[in-house]
Amino acid sequence: MTRLKLLSASLAIAFVAAGCGGSGGTVPDEGTGGAVAPSGGGGADDSSSGAVTTALPGPGGSDISALTPQERTLVTENLVVYFEFDRSDVRSDFNAMLAAHGQLLATNPGVSVRLEGHADERGTREYNIGLGERRSQSVRQILLLQGAAAAQLATVSYGEERPAVFGSDEGSWSLNRRVELIYEQ
Amino acid sequence: MSLSMRCKWWSVGHAALVLAALLIGAAANAQLRIEIRSGVERPIPMAIVPFGFNGGGAPAPFDLAGLVTADLGNSGRFDPIPESDMLSRPTRPADINFNDWQILDVDVVLIGELTEDAPDRYTIVFQLFDVLRGEQLLGFRLSTARADLRAAGHQIADIVYEELTGIPGVFSTSIAYVNETRNPDGSQRFRLIVADSDGENSRVIADSPDPLMSPAWSPDGRRIAYVSFEGENSAVYVQTLRTGTRDRVSAREGVNSAPAFSPDGRRLALTLSRDGNLDIYTIDLATQVSRRLTQSSSIDTEPTWSEDGESIYFTSDRAGGPQIYRIPSVPPVDRAERVTFEGSYNARPRVSPDGDSLAVVHRNQDNYRIATVDPDTGLVQVLTNGRLDESPSFAPNGAQIIYATREGGRGVLASVSSDGRIRRQIASVAGDVREPVWSPYPRP
Repeated sequence: MTRLKLLSASLAIAFVAAGCGGSGGTVPDEGTGGAVAPSGGGGADDSSSGAVTTALPGPGGSDISALTPQERTLVTENLVVYFEFDRSDVRSDFNAMLAAHGQLLATNPGVSVRLEGHADERGTREYNIGLGERRSQSVRQILLLQGAAAAQLATVSYGEERPAVFGSDEGSWSLNRRVELIYEQ
Repeated sequence: MSLSMRCKWWSVGHAALVLAALLIGAAANAQLRIEIRSGVERPIPMAIVPFGFNGGGAPAPFDLAGLVTADLGNSGRFDPIPESDMLSRPTRPADINFNDWQILDVDVVLIGELTEDAPDRYTIVFQLFDVLRGEQLLGFRLSTARADLRAAGHQIADIVYEELTGIPGVFSTSIAYVNETRNPDGSQRFRLIVADSDGENSRVIADSPDPLMSPAWSPDGRRIAYVSFEGENSAVYVQTLRTGTRDRVSAREGVNSAPAFSPDGRRLALTLSRDGNLDIYTIDLATQVSRRLTQSSSIDTEPTWSEDGESIYFTSDRAGGPQIYRIPSVPPVDRAERVTFEGSYNARPRVSPDGDSLAVVHRNQDNYRIATVDPDTGLVQVLTNGRLDESPSFAPNGAQIIYATREGGRGVLASVSSDGRIRRQIASVAGDVREPVWSPYPRP
């Protein structure tokens, strides 16, 4: 019962996060990289800011159009895995969901997914980057075991920098300790 | 009474350099406001008399006494009396009536004059007096341009502070910090800001819709390393403040994070990951050669250099929870030596300027607090009382630690003296502020 509630809450959050996250097309100039505007002088131009490239492995594009309706449902819902405090092992209640994602990736080698690891706000920021990375690696390992290829999977850790919900209580924290599966369009 | 000129090194070149580094660029919206939460038991009662201005009847271009009053008052070690209580307002030694100040129970009086010598050339003369003895404690003359009057005011506060406390002042230093605001659509906006130590004169040095984190000063105070998530992965940049030029130092696959300059400024310690496992590396900034210093399957991160550059302290959870460890900064790397044993969570070490102490984040039951640790004995002293205190950074005089905390659901900055007695809250006007890092002393 509680878990169902949590899951449905998570769906809404996943959509919100996808809408405002860096992976969407909502940020102008994103294609050129260098969304950061360093400032400090009218002096020399930054030679590297225009040269930022993403280091995503995998094929040039992700082929989501080939999915069955059932698979489409999977890649638009059930996209968040939650974790216990200070833990990075995947809870058993997420095994079935991740198995489905892994099989989808195995049967659709043209599809790739980005695994974004996150932590709640407790603890230091850089340690939380480590925790988020470890969580995304846990999910990656399960997907690999289910037959996904390494080239289909990219990981990134945002630590506590991109919370799904802003709040300092267990309810918020439990929604922020997560890995989001973001299918590349 | 004659004026003694004891200070040759406070030339205008000094002030000009600091300002050149700070004035260029857009002003930030986020300014900071300092509030004393607890000071020393007996702050020194003093009077800072409004400075005279010799400028042909024009109003003074800058309120030097006001700035010095704010600096010294905000330090928590002084109790400047309000101007309205003053019975007289001398600007020269001959005009001081010590009885006027004894009645007010003031221990010391600072007086001064600002003179316009030529267009945009000013001379400041100031003198500090011991009220009981009727003696001058110090006297200085500074010459400066108009744009440097604020910096000159901080220098005056530094000189007076050191004379009366025996500790070098840090009013002329800067702080860097991260500011996060949310747009109306709920998306985040991150800014990396550099400001004077009093929160004024702030300017944005990087601005991004993607997270910016972990700013670190170079030892000469001219560059800042930081982490940016632009391009959908973390990368470490080094940005020169004066020009705004930046170099991407590390954008390897996986995590690129937690940069820290070596004391000689030539190397960067940082955290990189291979297959999701975080380890400590150093990168030579000139040659780009990287060296791996840790090899464990644990989270190894948050490196920081010892003051002699020979060791690196870092956080590792190799024994379960995060604790502080120490390794040599150059291979061959021996086994890491564990430094902290008290408590289940000690992370993000920063070394005090004298190397005698580490500031860390220490978990106390469910609260994360700033503590100091003796690196030789492991003895922990908890300094703060918040729930989510983090990111401690020593002032270059070692007497204060600035850190991030929460108040009313917002991220704010605070500082605590290294002995825990003086606490200050530094509120932001807009959004959350966090990850404060104190600059080194400005170099001439």
